Amino acid sequence: MFSTSDLRKGLKIEIDGQPWVITEFEFCKPGKGTALYRCKMKNMITGGGSEKTYRPSDKIDKPDLSESETYYSYADGDFFVFSDSETYEELRVHKEKMGDKAYFLLEESMCKILFFNGEPIDIELPNFIEKQIIETEPGARGDTATNVTKPATLDNGYELQVPLFINQGDVIKIDTRTGDYVERVNKA
Amino acid sequence: MSSVSIKPDIIRRLEAVRPRLAIRAGLISTIRAFFSANGFLELNTPVVIKAPAPEEYIEAPPGGGGFLRSSPELEMKCMLAAGYEKIFQIGACFRQGEYGRKHRPEFTMLEWYECGAGYMDLARFTENMLCSVAHTLCGGSSLQFNGHNVNLTGAWEYLSVGDAFNKYAGTDMYEALKNDSFDELMVLEIEPRLGLDRPVFLFDYPAERAALARLKPDNENVAERWELYVGGLELANAFSELTCREEQRRRFAASRTWRAAEGYAEYPQNDDFFAALDYGIPESSGCALGIDRLAMVFCDADDISEVTFPVDQT
Repeated sequence: MFSTSDLRKGLKIEIDGQPWVITEFEFCKPGKGTALYRCKMKNMITGGGSEKTYRPSDKIDKPDLSESETYYSYADGDFFVFSDSETYEELRVHKEKMGDKAYFLLEESMCKILFFNGEPIDIELPNFIEKQIIETEPGARGDTATNVTKPATLDNGYELQVPLFINQGDVIKIDTRTGDYVERVNKA
Repeated sequence: MSSVSIKPDIIRRLEAVRPRLAIRAGLISTIRAFFSANGFLELNTPVVIKAPAPEEYIEAPPGGGGFLRSSPELEMKCMLAAGYEKIFQIGACFRQGEYGRKHRPEFTMLEWYECGAGYMDLARFTENMLCSVAHTLCGGSSLQFNGHNVNLTGAWEYLSVGDAFNKYAGTDMYEALKNDSFDELMVLEIEPRLGLDRPVFLFDYPAERAALARLKPDNENVAERWELYVGGLELANAFSELTCREEQRRRFAASRTWRAAEGYAEYPQNDDFFAALDYGIPESSGCALGIDRLAMVFCDADDISEVTFPVDQT
């Protein structure tokens, strides 16, 4: 259990069986009144936001969270299989939990998996990966503007916006946190 | 000449806070001059005390062989009983566990008392003082604070706590007390809306929140107490002082019972204060104003750390 004096920005707490991370915290106290601890928080599973105000005597549940460093191994039906870097234990994450991140999984890349009550709830990929463009309109030669974009497709079907000078076969760097194009790595 | 080429954090922070510490120093010297010009005697009561006032939500930290004062109130009231009619002091006060953007466990308080004055006299005095201070320090008639342009020279707003609950929280203040949401509504719904275009005195608190204020003679449901807000920030708390010894004993006893039930420290009884009450504390009013908060307003600071010596949370 946490007491209210533990509350601060970044603390992870449990409310009604859900894990939350405190995104904003403020100590308040009206004149001659009780101390109040205002928390804005984000649900660690759904990403949804909420607010809650605690009083000094309130107790707050501590979530059972753990983190594993893993290497991505292979896809198995609806699951992605990872191998724990220390124990080599196989960890399976359902594709629904992965969302768009599934497009950026590279074999043997190191990923951090966050567990809540033993269930994987979030996965952290390397921030940047390199991928080849397999389909896009031909590049406009000499056009180096990066603010004008066109659609492009990766070999796994993921579609993103790239600058006009990018050609089919180019290798680009992608930010896995946003899914956005960063720069060109190799020209086709 | 120092041979260290990388500035230590404390030096960097002290350099950054300097312009605001200068404004703060200006505030204090201007306030001193104003009180002096108005016939007030400046004094210092002890910082380490034996017996803090038992209050519901205020903790004086143990220290120095006694307690570090959460307020100089009881000692200053002894002085009122001894015939000191207009007194003020500026000094450190302590509140255990209070740490936030607007709170520090150690802070600087301006506290003053005036015999023969009622709480509304003190409101007008406070208005005059802050207008005078603002005029002297910035020559201006308004303050930019917290995204608001707060006009000081026009009429200040007087809003009763009851009206504030109806207007901003959409509920009756006694109803809020009954369902134990008074403080939450005050912090979440009311305070952020107070004093945005001009300072506001929030006055006549319910008797349950009287603290050491006397009840209004013609309506004992409310206490003669106000709080001053500027740009949503609470700056000062004032009372017509409770001078009735029976009522004072009854309130302290109730606070002691509450504190014991909630598991808070038991303070020794302040015998000097009760001796002064028995001897007779004259009709008077007093006000406590947070100097750090006032400096926040004058510096348009969002956090108390911007106007104080840099201290990390312990």
